[in-house]
Amino acid sequence: MPSRIGVYVCHCGTNIAGRVDSAGVARHAAGLKNVAVARDYKFMCSDPGQDMIIKDIREMGLTRVVVASCSPRLHEKTFQKACQRGGLNPFLFQMTCIREHCSWVVVDPAEATAKAKSLVAGAVSRVNEHEELYSRVEAVHPDVLVVGGGIAGIQAALDIARSGHKVHLVERGPSIGGHMTQFDKTFPTLDCAACISTPKMVAVSQEPNINLMTMSEVVEVKGYVGNYTARIRTRPRYIDQNRCTGCGLCMEKCPKSVPSEFEEGIGQRKAIHRNSPQSVPNTPIIDPASCIYLVKGKCGSCQKNCPSQAIDFTQEESYLDVRAGTIVLATGFDILDPTALSQYGFGRYPEVYTGLQFERLNNAVGPTGGKIVMKNGQAPESVAIVHCVGSRDKNHHEYCSRVCCMYALKYDHLIKDKIGHHARVYNFYIDMRCFGKGYEEFYRRVQDEGVIFIRGRPSEVTDQTQGPEEAGKLIVVAEDTLLGRPVRVAVDMVVLCTAMQPRSNAAEVARIFGISQGQDGFFLEEHPKLGPVSTATDGIFLAGTCQGPKDIPDAVAHASGGAGQALSLAARGEVSISPTVSWINPDICIGCKMCVGLCAYSAIEYDERRRVCVINEAMCKGCGSCAGHCPSGAAQVRHFNEKQVFAELEGLFAPAQPVRQPVASSAT
Amino acid sequence: MEELNIAPQTQSEPVPGAAFEPAIVAFVCNWCTYTAADLAGTSRMVQSPNVRLVRMMCTGMVDPKYIIKALLGGADAVLISGCHPGDCHYINGNYKARRRVKLLMEILPRFGIDGRRIKLTWVGASEGNEFAATVNRFAAEIKELGPIDTRRLPLL
Ligand SMILES: Cc1cc2nc3c(=O)[nH]c(=O)nc-3n(C[C@H](O)[C@H](O)[C@H](O)COP(=O)(O)OP(=O)(O)OC[C@H]3O[C@@H](n4cnc5c(N)ncnc54)[C@H](O)[C@@H]3O)c2cc1C
Ligand code: SF4
Ligand code: SF4
Ligand code: FES
Repeated sequence: MPSRIGVYVCHCGTNIAGRVDSAGVARHAAGLKNVAVARDYKFMCSDPGQDMIIKDIREMGLTRVVVASCSPRLHEKTFQKACQRGGLNPFLFQMTCIREHCSWVVVDPAEATAKAKSLVAGAVSRVNEHEELYSRVEAVHPDVLVVGGGIAGIQAALDIARSGHKVHLVERGPSIGGHMTQFDKTFPTLDCAACISTPKMVAVSQEPNINLMTMSEVVEVKGYVGNYTARIRTRPRYIDQNRCTGCGLCMEKCPKSVPSEFEEGIGQRKAIHRNSPQSVPNTPIIDPASCIYLVKGKCGSCQKNCPSQAIDFTQEESYLDVRAGTIVLATGFDILDPTALSQYGFGRYPEVYTGLQFERLNNAVGPTGGKIVMKNGQAPESVAIVHCVGSRDKNHHEYCSRVCCMYALKYDHLIKDKIGHHARVYNFYIDMRCFGKGYEEFYRRVQDEGVIFIRGRPSEVTDQTQGPEEAGKLIVVAEDTLLGRPVRVAVDMVVLCTAMQPRSNAAEVARIFGISQGQDGFFLEEHPKLGPVSTATDGIFLAGTCQGPKDIPDAVAHASGGAGQALSLAARGEVSISPTVSWINPDICIGCKMCVGLCAYSAIEYDERRRVCVINEAMCKGCGSCAGHCPSGAAQVRHFNEKQVFAELEGLFAPAQPVRQPVASSAT
Repeated sequence: MEELNIAPQTQSEPVPGAAFEPAIVAFVCNWCTYTAADLAGTSRMVQSPNVRLVRMMCTGMVDPKYIIKALLGGADAVLISGCHPGDCHYINGNYKARRRVKLLMEILPRFGIDGRRIKLTWVGASEGNEFAATVNRFAAEIKELGPIDTRRLPLL
């Protein structure tokens, strides 16, 4: 029986109809083979638009539906559901995009209309070949995997755990807390960072529903939404966490000192160390690269001094597989290494610091005990703060890092507060971006403290003096773009507000979890506005700065969003899995086994008895690698099979036929 | 069901006096290039109207038959575009596409089809500008190359 197709051409207000003659396209469609009705309407996605489809299916006995409107990535599901409500299998539907790919990008109305007609003809021809398909319902494993234990990962883990679901929290470093634990104060309220983060960190360690794994990374992920299995590698701490009481005696006795990563290189740590006394867990770790015992086989001072016999040099790397229904990624950010911007002299002049180093200078448990002092122990009389280092800069990162203006203001205040009102502070900025709640107020407050703002990006920081008053100072050379004249400012200390950038291992993490990175390198969200926490991979969500630069309030809110989405799947307990996977027709398959090696998901097996290959539908992702290659044409992707693609191509190029029947126009 | 015969050429019939407007089919993957095309649209990046997108889930499912079918069925050229190497949503479908297109490019000239009529590119989900540029560049190249004349192919 020939199909009875209903075609619906949207105006999208004027978004489509402003360029494409939607009514004309509908008239054209009405003349296409098997089309029973073709209509155009202002907003197909609106309730009346959808009701129109439902009514036609019921009253006119449509067996296929085509909608020409926006991108199927936006509304395919909407219309599939409408078909379903009308009693039609949702896969007997095809959508074609005449907005993003047509009305918005083709200038000439006649050309745009012609293109739309051709696209609609392709869709109509294709939909003839569509088959009924049924989604599979699978159980969702109730546990959630959270990767990264910065403030975002902590928030997500706590939200989920408190709902009663179990969380596996995997942190690469020795302690959770992330960058926030490096700060002293946080803008704009100037709360002490430790005072607000420590309770959350402790809550994680005390939460029975959280299985915290530090020194750990996910090395492999298998499965699909609802049913992931992650392989976790844990590096040895060389200390038995169950015995260690966190007394810290070992660290006092360890003879080996090296520059500390946590102190951003401006402080020292021992071979056996921990970031801070507030670390969670507070068990130290031994760094195998600097430990004398682990390198040379002698010393063992920590072992001799440990009152609880917790040191264990025999610990080895271990692996654990955990199952989870959903995954939240919260792997955070790195800061840009400003050595590349050699004009600012980082690494060359000892008094040029990064923002994170300056945080450590301010931190009460940092290398200076919280005093802002230069390498010579003296407090600086004048400090220059350079904004946007590597941000908003075509040569490095085009984006704005969103926190630098604000932490610069925080530094302004801290310098005035700690060193005294006489200390001169110069901000070199491009624009002040103080957009958050309470931020503009904070900006005003700092301005009133007598801080100097110079609008202009410095061209260099130099020690080449031009007069006795500059002697022994660093000179920041810039153009004051408000006054339109060059300036030279001699200061004792320079702080560079370096850009936030994707983690150095972001590409690796993206590969392991099967998600994408955006142009800027941060993980790509499903939709920039409406799907900022989900990813294109079902069941994997983002939290915090791994998705893009954020301040703490935004990172926490984002993380709660990610947790909420993971929970909504976990709470529902089941998920419907798309039936658009591949199938090998056993009557055609010649058993060449070509597809077996091509499948990246090991979903194909050779059936010795029947001498054909068989696809495990639960493992198949529907990528079509097998179908694209199968020499006999036995392997086909459902909903993307050969007949369907051929039919679409035929439709795209079919010559226009004279209109057989009048269009039923519903345009208002 | 009707047999899958090849539709007569319409678009690429050279009309005397009129400028040649090529018909180009683009097989693009849903996750990268289709998304980039959406972004190009949302950003109103003007594109030559000659290209018709056929949405595939991955470039790895683009059977060489589809490319040949398009060329014989009225397209003057075929673009295949997916995720950058290493970024394929299905791990490595694009590598398979790359191998396949390379083989096809070696074979097609023997049947009288200019290899320049097939192009494989990588356009990531966030590269709307790159998508528009690719479309415009390719359309210009094919305009330059002129219409495909399938009737004179030794294949038929
Ligand atoms: C100099 C500076 C000052 C700032 N000051 C303020 C301020 O005053 N107020 C404010 O609101 N914001 C401030 N910010 C912003 C703030 O740092 C971030 O918003 C916040 O730290 C983001 O937290 P996060 O959890 O997303 O990332 P992170 O803090 O980076 O945490 C990520 C965690 O994931 C772990 N991880 C990474 N990769 C893996 C992996 N593959 N497997 C397992 N674990 C992994 C890391 O070890 C880390 O613990 C400042 C930023 C900078 C650079
Ligand atoms: S063995 Fe020696 S060097 Fe190694 S951590 Fe213990 S005390 Fe430090
Ligand atoms: S479509 Fe084929 S190659 Fe792709 S996952 Fe399924 S079985 Fe494997
Ligand atoms: S999904 Fe884009 S090329 Fe495979």
